[in-house]
Amino acid sequence: MPGRVDAPTASEPLRRFLQVARGAGLRVSAAEGIDAARALDVIGYGDRAALKDTLGLVLAKTPDEKALYHEAFELYFKHEAFSAAIDESDDGAAAGAADPGQGSGNALSPLLTEDNRAGLAAAMEAAARESGVENIRFFTQKNLYTRRILMAMGLRAVEDEIEALRRDETPQGMERAGLLESRVARLREAVRDLVERNMLLFAKGENEQYREELLKSARLSNIERRDMERMRVLVRQMAKKLAARYAKTRRRRLRGQLDVRRTLRKNMGWGGIPFVTVWKQKRIEKPRVMVLCDVSGSVAAMSQFLLMFLYALNEALSDIRSFAYSGSLIEVSEILEKEPVEQAIEKIMEAIGFGSSNYGNAFADFEDGWMKLVTNKTTLIILGDARGNHNEPRTEILARLSQRSKRIIWLNPEYPTLWGTGDSDMRRYAPFCNLLMECSTLRHLERAISGILEGSS
Amino acid sequence: MSAFPERHGRIMDNAQNNDTPLKPLQSIDEVDAGLSAAGYIASRPISTAIYLAHHLQKPILVEGPAGVGKTELAKSVAAWLSLPLIRMQCYEGLDESKALYEWKYGKQLLYTQILKDKVGSVIGESDNLAVALDKLHSFGDIFFSRNFLEPRPLLRALEQPRGCVLLIDEIDKSDQEFEAFLLEILSDYQVTVPEIGTVSAMVPPIVLLTSNSTRDLGDALKRRCLHLHIGFPDERLEARIIASRVPGIDARLLKQLVSFVQQLRALDLKKLPSVSETIDWAKVLVLMHTSVLEVAVVRDTLNVLLKFEADIEAAGKQLAGMTHKAQREAGIA
Repeated sequence: MPGRVDAPTASEPLRRFLQVARGAGLRVSAAEGIDAARALDVIGYGDRAALKDTLGLVLAKTPDEKALYHEAFELYFKHEAFSAAIDESDDGAAAGAADPGQGSGNALSPLLTEDNRAGLAAAMEAAARESGVENIRFFTQKNLYTRRILMAMGLRAVEDEIEALRRDETPQGMERAGLLESRVARLREAVRDLVERNMLLFAKGENEQYREELLKSARLSNIERRDMERMRVLVRQMAKKLAARYAKTRRRRLRGQLDVRRTLRKNMGWGGIPFVTVWKQKRIEKPRVMVLCDVSGSVAAMSQFLLMFLYALNEALSDIRSFAYSGSLIEVSEILEKEPVEQAIEKIMEAIGFGSSNYGNAFADFEDGWMKLVTNKTTLIILGDARGNHNEPRTEILARLSQRSKRIIWLNPEYPTLWGTGDSDMRRYAPFCNLLMECSTLRHLERAISGILEGSS
Repeated sequence: MSAFPERHGRIMDNAQNNDTPLKPLQSIDEVDAGLSAAGYIASRPISTAIYLAHHLQKPILVEGPAGVGKTELAKSVAAWLSLPLIRMQCYEGLDESKALYEWKYGKQLLYTQILKDKVGSVIGESDNLAVALDKLHSFGDIFFSRNFLEPRPLLRALEQPRGCVLLIDEIDKSDQEFEAFLLEILSDYQVTVPEIGTVSAMVPPIVLLTSNSTRDLGDALKRRCLHLHIGFPDERLEARIIASRVPGIDARLLKQLVSFVQQLRALDLKKLPSVSETIDWAKVLVLMHTSVLEVAVVRDTLNVLLKFEADIEAAGKQLAGMTHKAQREAGIA
């Protein structure tokens, strides 16, 4: 059987490992794969520590990735563990092993009889490759692949042999059958282990990615409790991405427009001869943003995420004032700034959350307290479903706000078809909003915020 | 670093100026030995990185906390291979003219003044403007030639006949545009000067980029580099480093102070003491002829290790315990 193991080409283990690394969440580009192959040409496969260092240098490019890489490498290059595990569970087998001459035409049987661990390990590897175990995706497939690998190793023949021995009922035969059976049981466990390891290696990353994709486009109000932690991570990631992109004051060069004043100034040293040209540039300012976030009962499921995002925005933008409202409105900038995210959200919800919303009241509160801070540079973002429980909508305040501010953006978590139905005042507020968007998934939220940040020139 | 950007690219030429080309490195062990001969005790991944960078001709991006020897690594590689070290300190606003090349405007101006009189004779008795211009054109772009080009660190690194070690320090401090600009030089070891053409490296330099991760670097840059993360060394490695950097330190004191620093790093501090601080502290202790680490001595010299008042206060409460543990571990009861 060991003779049947195809000697894999040198790049085969690497190719598989790259697949594993990607599954584990490392972002490995094709170019990096080539680099890895070149690096291994130099280093070779001989020294495990050097191999690990080398691949780590080429493939993992952040501390987080280094940790993931470490895990994946240890899991993948763990083959020695197989023989060791059999060693431990090896007891009283010596008697049977010294029983020669009973070999059948089956290749697995002598391997089992002789307890040839290296041979078994190699055969198992080959069978695993043959059965395509790296395609495993779900834990329900574990039995299937275990069976497939065992079959590929020729288990059927061994089972037949045991059957035949039992039928003969010679004491020697019975003893041998018992021995084979215990060995087969052990082998089955080892194969199961192998399949499990493969599932960890190949399926984990993909499942994770799949879930994340799912969550990003799931309606925020439908997200289940068990996915909260994952969502939190996703929101944080998204916010970090936005922050990195927009945190700096940016400048854009205006093509071909000479800044005469600064050019002359710069070239004073050369008697005003313009050796160095200075071009006009436009400074893209960070937006001044005021966010009003609904935390009332009707959007309670969503407001968690809205607040989370508000928190992240708070880090990204220097000039942001945040407010939360249900029946009335309070400023929450300070809480968001000082407390870590979980506590901040809790505190806000405690202070004002879960009430029944009254948009008219909230707007009036805002006008009383903060209207004077709204300038023609301010972008006002309102997060809410516009369901004011049939209270006076006070649209005239929104009209005044719209006149004072640069623009008003309303993000509504409801389907657009529901706007204006029942106690929703969305249609009444709509004329005063520069932009009105449905915002019910994380993806919507990201797109909206990114648009706000981008368009703030 | 100096406050004058113009002076940032300086050559620390500690080479013995032998003209023999660099021999290819044979093994990782050779790197290990070479670096330690230059006074740098490298962990295995560090040596592997240098070895790979040499053979694959790829830059290394070195990340890690301040003071773990990122910059020192570049200096040591240069010293060991006796190559010149060209260092470029990055900062916000760094641009091509400071990193790559600049025209020598002053010289150009001066020469035009000097040559003013000659212009008449060159143009001669031309009747009209077209003929005069034609004559001038035949002289080519003399004022935009190599003679008037001031090479800045990057260009200079490409022009070293034996190759060099190019240290691009604190790349995270530079702008994103500059990072993009570096891509050409990092992948092909060539740069394009519009007036002159493309300049390729005679010998590809060994490039080290360092970053303190004040911002996330672009993926494009990371993809082109080997990524080396240098963390705080473990106890054994740190002891070896101190022994190499502070020769003549008493073995027992060494053991104590390393154990103490390792314990200090387990605390929740604003800024953890780095290797460079440990070295400084070791030097201070040697100067003070300390042989056994006592609580009083530690308290007096703690400001060498910790740079924030709050940190010193936080550690102060546990000094006695940590000092005793360090003594125990060094076999002094």
